[in-house]
Amino acid sequence: MRISPDEIIFWQEGFFQLNLTIVMTWVIMILLVVSSWLITKNLKSEFQTTRWQTILEIVVLAIKDQIEELGLTKARRYIGFIGTMFLFIVISNLLAIIPWYEPPTGSLSTTVALALCVFIAVPVFGIAESGIKGYLRTYIQPNVLMLPFNIIGEISRTISLAMRLFGNIMSGGLILTILLSIAPFFFPVLMSAFGMLTGVVQAYIFAILATVYIAAATEDAQKITSKNTNQNG
Amino acid sequence: MEINWFTVIAQIVNFLILVWLLKRFLYKPVLNAIDSREKKIAEQLSEAEHEKAEAQKAREKFKHKNAAFDKEKSEIKAAAAEAVRKEKQRRFDEIRAEAQALRARYAEAMARDAKEQTGLLKQKLQDGVFAISSKALEDLADADLESQIVSVFIDKINDWDDRENKNFEEALSGAGSILIESAFSMEQASRDKLEKALYKAANRSVPVRYEVVPDLVSGISIHTGKFQFSWNINSYLDVFQKEFTSLLSHKQKDHVTS
Repeated sequence: MRISPDEIIFWQEGFFQLNLTIVMTWVIMILLVVSSWLITKNLKSEFQTTRWQTILEIVVLAIKDQIEELGLTKARRYIGFIGTMFLFIVISNLLAIIPWYEPPTGSLSTTVALALCVFIAVPVFGIAESGIKGYLRTYIQPNVLMLPFNIIGEISRTISLAMRLFGNIMSGGLILTILLSIAPFFFPVLMSAFGMLTGVVQAYIFAILATVYIAAATEDAQKITSKNTNQNG
Repeated sequence: MEINWFTVIAQIVNFLILVWLLKRFLYKPVLNAIDSREKKIAEQLSEAEHEKAEAQKAREKFKHKNAAFDKEKSEIKAAAAEAVRKEKQRRFDEIRAEAQALRARYAEAMARDAKEQTGLLKQKLQDGVFAISSKALEDLADADLESQIVSVFIDKINDWDDRENKNFEEALSGAGSILIESAFSMEQASRDKLEKALYKAANRSVPVRYEVVPDLVSGISIHTGKFQFSWNINSYLDVFQKEFTSLLSHKQKDHVTS
């Protein structure tokens, strides 16, 4: 039984290989970029817009509002990273409704890659917001004794991010495959619908957690800024 | 279940490329369009607010103008009403004064007319009374009217009481002569009779002068100093004239009042 789409390899040359995960990722990328380009090439800033533009605006604004609600006031800076992560995962999971489709998020390599992106993005955004000193100070909060725990926490949450998404999507696909062999009618449909719900929830959880981690890294900077603003005001 | 590190690296690269592409083709244009629309809405709202304020201002101005116009209108109306009232009063006063003048003129004309009528009537009555009296006296006696008048006058003199006699004597002693006026030229016989009666009253002979005065109306009058004694139809006619005039004036007043 195949667990990961990484196992389907189309081409290999030493370390390099072209597997189903990468191909599916490219498909999703093309789908997202082309549809975005098609809709946004004729964007109108008038009051009357096309339906597709309205849908895009709803999606983008929902992501932006969610980011702002979690404490990141400069949502425009983070929407590229967090929004893309959410859209990629959600599209990847939702397309599972198509037969013979393998979600790239069902590959541990992909989820690890995304988790690593978060792992790298957190210090990058944190340093960009509050400087290297400010960011490093978050590791000794509330005191120096917490430094090892903070480092462990940083690593463990990255692993948990990767494992959670992989586990959910992979298990969904696995259950569906097993059910197909046991009860080929009705149940797989139900499980497929259930899998879609799980996929959306997982995409939401992944994006929200990434936002929370970034917010935590930039929170101190924001606190200092708001304190200064209050004092000045 | 193992991690393919090439796939991991490839997926990281893929993801970063996707982030860049979506930023370029999705987030930036959509957010810019939203911002631009929000800006437009804000502009339109502020414009609408401005226009609303303008409209409010214009409304206030119009209201103010309307109020001023109403005030002016009512003032003009009041002034016109006052002018009409004054003009009415003036015309009414004018007409009343005119009417009063006309009434006075009418009354005056009536009075004058009455006076003329009375004078005429009096003259006619005098003539008539005299003619009737003369005729009657002529018919009653042989003697003519003048002699009858003289006789009556002599009787009157003879009827003087002591006081009148005394007055006559006092006046005569002052004047020294007697003037006898009559409406007609007296005959000698009548003159003698009259002189005799006068001498008797004066207890002496006195010089006498005669004058004819037609106004006396069939009468005789004697004058000496301040003393005067007369008898004629004129006195009767005067009484009649007074009563007639009074009657006429009453009638005229009634006419004017009505």
